[in-house]
Amino acid sequence: MVTEALVLSAILFVIGTFGVLIRRNAIIMFLCIELQLNAVNLSFVAFSRMFGIEGQLFVFFVMTVAAAEAAVGLAIIISIFRHYETVNVDSFNLLKW
Amino acid sequence: MTFLFYLFAGLAIGGAIGVVMAKNPVGSLLFMVTTLAAMAGTFVLLEAHFLAAIQIIVYAGAIMVLFLFVIMLLNLGHEYKADLRGGAFSVLSFGLIGAIAGLLAPEISGAEAAPGPGAVAIDAAIAEHGAVGAIAEPLYTTYVVPFEITGILLLVAIVGAIVLAKREV
Repeated sequence: MVTEALVLSAILFVIGTFGVLIRRNAIIMFLCIELQLNAVNLSFVAFSRMFGIEGQLFVFFVMTVAAAEAAVGLAIIISIFRHYETVNVDSFNLLKW
Repeated sequence: MTFLFYLFAGLAIGGAIGVVMAKNPVGSLLFMVTTLAAMAGTFVLLEAHFLAAIQIIVYAGAIMVLFLFVIMLLNLGHEYKADLRGGAFSVLSFGLIGAIAGLLAPEISGAEAAPGPGAVAIDAAIAEHGAVGAIAEPLYTTYVVPFEITGILLLVAIVGAIVLAKREV
């Protein structure tokens, strides 16, 4: 069961990484980052079956940080949208070169 | 038990692919809810009952609804063609995720991943304190300082979100 959970976690992490790379919509990229966080959470839970309850505590903290990150990140996206009228990340090139 | 795990795993992977490939951001978000619910199922199978409940309530309930509010507030999802990167970049990202998968695969297959002393300890703690008590007991004793710092982090996040999203500060 632990090995299967680790494999599932790796698959989900890779899919999340692919989503961050391939999409341009800032909100979808953000969702894919949440997917990556969740994949890591799953591997923490799987490792807690091997090493003890600390893995589950880590998941608790990761979820809190993810909630804070979602609130601040979505606020940033809203405030960017007010300036550019889009959430396509290719439009935000002020700091690019 | 194993059948249930594979069912949840298939749901989670299908939902994750849906998140990446869905045309409409709202559809993408609903696929994400599917993935989160399926992962809560795998948490239950791994004896993390409290985390499974938190996953459903906080993640699928609160955070995803926040995303949904923002998507509907900004009225997104009309130009899917411009949303996908193409050409050399997509080849490059396929190469990159292939490299990540190649790095992870030998680590997983080489590891001795079997339930160890942790499983025994967790099962004993759940039997003694219950599903919530098993995680609450170390959280409020050994790890109480990180827990308090988490509270400060949430306060800062609230203030930051309000300052950033307000029209005029």
